[in-house]
Amino acid sequence: MSVSAYQAPARADAAVIFDGVSKHFPGSGKSDGFTALDNVSLSVGRGSITGIIGRSGAGKSTLIRLVNGLEKPTGGKVLVDGVDVGALDEAGLRELRRSVGMIFQHFNLLSSRTVFDNVALPLEIAGMNKSAIEKRVRPLLDLVGLADKHGRYPSELSGGQKQRIGIARALSTEPKLLLSDEATSALDPETTQSILELLKRINADLGLTVLLITHEMEVVKAVTSDVAVIDHGRIVERGHTFDVFTHPKHETTRAMLSGLPGSKLPDAVSRALKPQAVAGDRAVVRLTFFGAAAERPLISQLIKSVGAEVNIIAGTIDEIGGRPYGSLVVAYRADAETAGRAERFFTENGLVTEVLGYVA
Amino acid sequence: MSPDILLKIWGATLDTLYMVAAAGLIGSLIGGPIGIFLATSGKGELFPAPMTNRIVGLIVNAARSTPFIILVVAIIPFTRLLTGTSIGTKAAIVPLTIATIPFVARLVEAAIREIDKGLIEAARAMGATPMQIVFKVLLAEARPALTMALTMTAVSLIGYSAMVGAVGGGGLGDLGIRYGYQRFMPDVMLVVVIVLIVLVQIVQSAGDGLARRFDRRSRKN
Ligand SMILES: Nc1ncnc2c1ncn2[C@@H]1O[C@H](COP(=O)(O)OP(=O)(O)OP(=O)(O)O)[C@@H](O)[C@H]1O
Ligand SMILES: [Mg+2]
Repeated sequence: MSVSAYQAPARADAAVIFDGVSKHFPGSGKSDGFTALDNVSLSVGRGSITGIIGRSGAGKSTLIRLVNGLEKPTGGKVLVDGVDVGALDEAGLRELRRSVGMIFQHFNLLSSRTVFDNVALPLEIAGMNKSAIEKRVRPLLDLVGLADKHGRYPSELSGGQKQRIGIARALSTEPKLLLSDEATSALDPETTQSILELLKRINADLGLTVLLITHEMEVVKAVTSDVAVIDHGRIVERGHTFDVFTHPKHETTRAMLSGLPGSKLPDAVSRALKPQAVAGDRAVVRLTFFGAAAERPLISQLIKSVGAEVNIIAGTIDEIGGRPYGSLVVAYRADAETAGRAERFFTENGLVTEVLGYVA
Repeated sequence: MSPDILLKIWGATLDTLYMVAAAGLIGSLIGGPIGIFLATSGKGELFPAPMTNRIVGLIVNAARSTPFIILVVAIIPFTRLLTGTSIGTKAAIVPLTIATIPFVARLVEAAIREIDKGLIEAARAMGATPMQIVFKVLLAEARPALTMALTMTAVSLIGYSAMVGAVGGGGLGDLGIRYGYQRFMPDVMLVVVIVLIVLVQIVQSAGDGLARRFDRRSRKN
C-alpha cells in the first residue's frame, strides 16, 4: 500500500486557515521576547477532527487561542470561515466567539452555578430569554448524558462529568467549530476515551469541525482524521492521521510516537541497540502493515522466505482513524544474504519497514 | 445599675448600629467599585488602565495607612461641611465612611483576584463583554469571599465606631468614655465592652454562615 500524497483542504473547504501566522511575545524589561509561533500555515478541513500535537511549550495553546482571537497574531492571518480574525474589532470578536465553542483542560466551570446554569451561561451572555435557554439546555444535557445532574454544582461532579458539562456549554450557542485545548489531559485513560467518543459522536452527528490540541498521541490516534505536529513554534509534519502514524517523517513525530504502547521496545533490547552491525549481529526491524496485509499469515511466510530464525520483539494491532494497522518489531541475522531475502519479502508484501538498529 | 443607665446603653447600642450600618453601606458602595477597578485594570486585564490603577492604588494605600484617630481630626472641616457639626452620631459617620472605602476596596480587590483566570478566559471565549464578565463571573464567583470581606468590614467598623467615641462621636464608645472612664463607673464600662463583644460575635457568625451557604466550591452542605 502506498501513502496517498497529502492534500491540504482547499480554501473553500477549510473551517480555519492559518496563513503564515507568527506570534511574538514582547519581552518585559531585561528578558528578550519569545517567538511562540513562527510562520505557521495550516488549514483545518470543514467537518474534520483535526489534531495539533506537540510537546509542552511548542506553541499549541497560543495557536488555538488565535482562532477565537484570545490572542492576536504578530504576523500573518487567521481566517475562520473566511473571516480575518485579526481585522475584527471587539464587537466583531465577540460575535465570532459566540459561533466558536471552546473547552479547556481544567474545565473552567463556574463553581457558583449549577450544571444547568453553567451550560446556560453563553446563552445568557448572548441575551437569550429564559424559556429559549431552557429549550436549548435540556437537550444538550441529554446529549452529554447528564440530564439528571442539572441542579448539581460542579464540585459534586467527577472530572469526566465536568468536561461533559464543558462540552455541553461549548455547544450551547450551536457553534460550527469547537476548539479543544488539552480537554482530556486532566482525565484518566478510561474517562479520556469516553470524552473522545463523545467528541467523535458530536462531530459525526452535528457536522461540527473540531480542532483539538494535545500532547498525547493516544488522543490523536483515537479521534482525529488529520494531524499536524508542532515543534518550537513550527509545523514540522502534516497529514492524514493514519499516514503520519504509519510513516512518521520528522524526528519529533517519531519521538512522540515511540511513547505509544506497542511501539515501545523492551528496555533490554533498546539498551543493547547499536547503530552499526558487526559480523554475527541481528537486525532489529519494525514492520508496519495495514489493509489486506494485516490478514495474511505473515509471520510463517516471513520465516519461510527468510529461511532463518526470526524473533518477535514487540507487536501491536491497532486502529487509527478507523483503519486497522499492525506494527511488529522482529530481529533476524543481519548478513547480506538473509537481509536481502527479507527485504524482497517485505517489498513483495507491501510492508513498510524501518531498521531500528542492531543487536549482538 | 439604674434603669436610666440601661436605657442609655440601649440608645448607644442603636447609635452604634446606625453608624456601622450607614458607614458600612456608603463605604461599600464607593469602595466596592474601586476594588473591582483595582482588580481589573492592570496591564492586559479587562479594563486596562495601568497608570490610573497605580494612582488609585497609591491613594488607597495612603488612606489605609493613616491612623483612624488622625483621620477623624484631619477631616473635621470636611465633616462640618457635610453635616454641619463635628460631634455626634451623624458627624461620626463621615470619618467612618472615609475609612471604610479603602478598606473595602482592598478586600474586594483581593476577593476578585483570587478567582481562577481560567474562568475569565472561558467567559471571553463565550463572547462576554468585560461588564458581563464582572457581573456574571467575577462577582458571582467571589460571593463567598465578598461576604467575608463585608463581615470583616462590619467588625472593624464596630471597633472604629467605639473609637470615635473618644472624640465625642456618640454610640457605645462615647458612653463608655463618658460614664465608664470620666465618671468612673466600671460596671458601665464592663457592660459596654460586653455589648461590643456580643455585637461582633453576632456579625461574625452571621457572615460566616452566609459565606458558607454561598460557597459551592466544596462538597460540604
Ligand atoms: N503571554 C505570554 N508571554 C510570554 N511568553 C508566552 C506567553 N504565552 C505563552 N508564552 C510562551 O510561548 C511558548 C508556547 O506556549 P504555549 O502555551 O502555546 O505552549 P503549549 O504548546 O500550549 O504548551 P503546554 O503543552 O505546556 O500547554 C512557551 O514557551 C511560553 O512560555
Ligand atoms: Mg497549552
